[in-house]
Amino acid sequence: MDALLEAFFNGISIGAVLLLAALGLAIVFGLMGVINMAHGEFMMLGAYTTSVVQNTFKPLGEPLSGLYIFFALIAAFIVTALLGVVLERGVIRFLYGRPLETLLATWGVSLILQQFVRSISWVMVLNIGLFCFLFFGAQAILSRRPNFERIRGWFVIIMIPLSAAIALIVGNITGSIFQLAVTRPWFGAQNVNVAAPIWLRGRLPLGGYQLPYARLFIIVLTIVCVIGIYWFLNKSAWGLRIRSVTQNRSMSACLGIPTQTVDMLTFAIGSGLAGIAGCAVALLGPVGPNTGQNFIVDTFMVVVVGGVGKLVGSIVAAMTIGMANYIIGSYALKPIVGGIPALDNFFNFFSDPSMAKVLVFILIVTFLQFKPAGMFPQKGRTVDA
Amino acid sequence: MRPQTDTATTASVQTGSEPLLDIANLNVYYGESHILRDVDMGVASGKMVCLIGRNGVGKTTLLKTIMGLLAPRAGAVRLGGESITRLTPDRRAKLGIGYVPQGREIIPRLTVKENLILGLEARPKGALKTTEIPEEIFELFPVLKTMLSRMGGDLSGGQQQQLSIARALMGKPRLLVLDEPTEGIQPSIILEIEAAVRKIVTTTGMSVLLVEQHLHFVRQADWYYAMQKGGIVASGPTHELSNEVIQKFLAV
Repeated sequence: MDALLEAFFNGISIGAVLLLAALGLAIVFGLMGVINMAHGEFMMLGAYTTSVVQNTFKPLGEPLSGLYIFFALIAAFIVTALLGVVLERGVIRFLYGRPLETLLATWGVSLILQQFVRSISWVMVLNIGLFCFLFFGAQAILSRRPNFERIRGWFVIIMIPLSAAIALIVGNITGSIFQLAVTRPWFGAQNVNVAAPIWLRGRLPLGGYQLPYARLFIIVLTIVCVIGIYWFLNKSAWGLRIRSVTQNRSMSACLGIPTQTVDMLTFAIGSGLAGIAGCAVALLGPVGPNTGQNFIVDTFMVVVVGGVGKLVGSIVAAMTIGMANYIIGSYALKPIVGGIPALDNFFNFFSDPSMAKVLVFILIVTFLQFKPAGMFPQKGRTVDA
Repeated sequence: MRPQTDTATTASVQTGSEPLLDIANLNVYYGESHILRDVDMGVASGKMVCLIGRNGVGKTTLLKTIMGLLAPRAGAVRLGGESITRLTPDRRAKLGIGYVPQGREIIPRLTVKENLILGLEARPKGALKTTEIPEEIFELFPVLKTMLSRMGGDLSGGQQQQLSIARALMGKPRLLVLDEPTEGIQPSIILEIEAAVRKIVTTTGMSVLLVEQHLHFVRQADWYYAMQKGGIVASGPTHELSNEVIQKFLAV
């Protein structure tokens, strides 16, 4: 009984992390059809944001600093949502309807973000800030000229190297004056540690099994996020606009729905959810620049197995995959099949986390042979929650 | 800006006032093929104008350009004297163009009620807060009242057409653009739709631009424009429509 309970809760908690990570993807990929390879990196940034917020709260002393996690959740959502808007406005909106290019471009963005957290320092912030100030400032001034459309090409050719050069020179001078104080990377290449608040460090005893509070917190967080998203998509005015644009973009525009704003909002919410997922992942262990890569494949699996565009599919798929992962990895079936030598050997072979993943992927590939559209396939070309 | 053409005069023949919709020297291409050639036309306010012509002469292309779904290579589209040539479709909808496209384009996995509520988006203060559908809509299209919770995609063609018109009316447009509202619809419902459109024009003073093949419906309009090979080749009051013109431009 205890073993079964343990398998159940562990499966649920692995599934909850998967679902939380996949939720944002289910929205971006499922509703907008955009394959965002940088989704995992948004999670990683959410985790780094959590670490920054935690360090800001440390001086406050114990009972108060334990509340950092709630502020971190909000901060992670806002940071990644803003970044998502930048990515959508700056890259993805030019690539709608071209999945291959989107995939490559966002993969490039994911590599940039991985290196970004390794090397970000005050000098780099200064560089980027100055470049944006010069380039977009000049654009804002020049765009008032009536002939701006005509000189746009020249403007870009001249202003990008010019702003970059000025920013680099200023950055280098600052770096050589203040030395390490401004050139030392904030995080560096090593992992950052986020300690769970003290009130999340205990365990809840359930019979002979003990459920860590941190895991319980993630399960509750996942439930809150799922309900929140469900409510938003089905009950709010913006949710209605999103569902309309997903199903018929050009007619929605003809009805007066601002489709570009809808795209931006959808992407912001999907990215923001990745930030929240990153915050949750940070509670479970150390987080490094490559953390996001570990999640991207798993989360795509969840969305594809569940059925693209169906929230309920993602929920069921995440729980099933999480459960299968744990049951195979820990060989929880031993009491049942342990008596049969052939099966015993087979499951023993797969009973460690990485081999369990292999078997789960084999099962997924087999499953998709029979149901290519996932557990909850779409009817026709339409998409809904 | 290009010089004024005589479009304003053709439209003002209809009422003697400024036209609500004014199209001047419009040229539209699909890639390299020239679809609309120097189209000049107008719709006077409070009038019903019908665009006739055989299949493939560019009627739908013209309506799509008015709505902003296609960008003209040259020419101007003005609504109430204001140029809307460079605006996106959603901005045009908010300025008061209600569009009922060919093929209805009901959002399939939204309920009839949600489809109607989306029509409110076109009002300048586009708030979707109102959840009550005004009674006038049901007076025009009583069939919709019983189907509010059905999925839009599950309705029959005639019901979808009525829903599509009702949805456009929810935004209280100044100009209603209808693209073949009777295409593929059973005759009894054609008469209902016809009566509803006529009633809209007389009771609300809304202007209507209609593309139609059904002669009885064409005769309801005040003014016609006939298209051939991407250009306007004839126009006049519909009561002057001769059998010769009808045979030449209607696919009957």
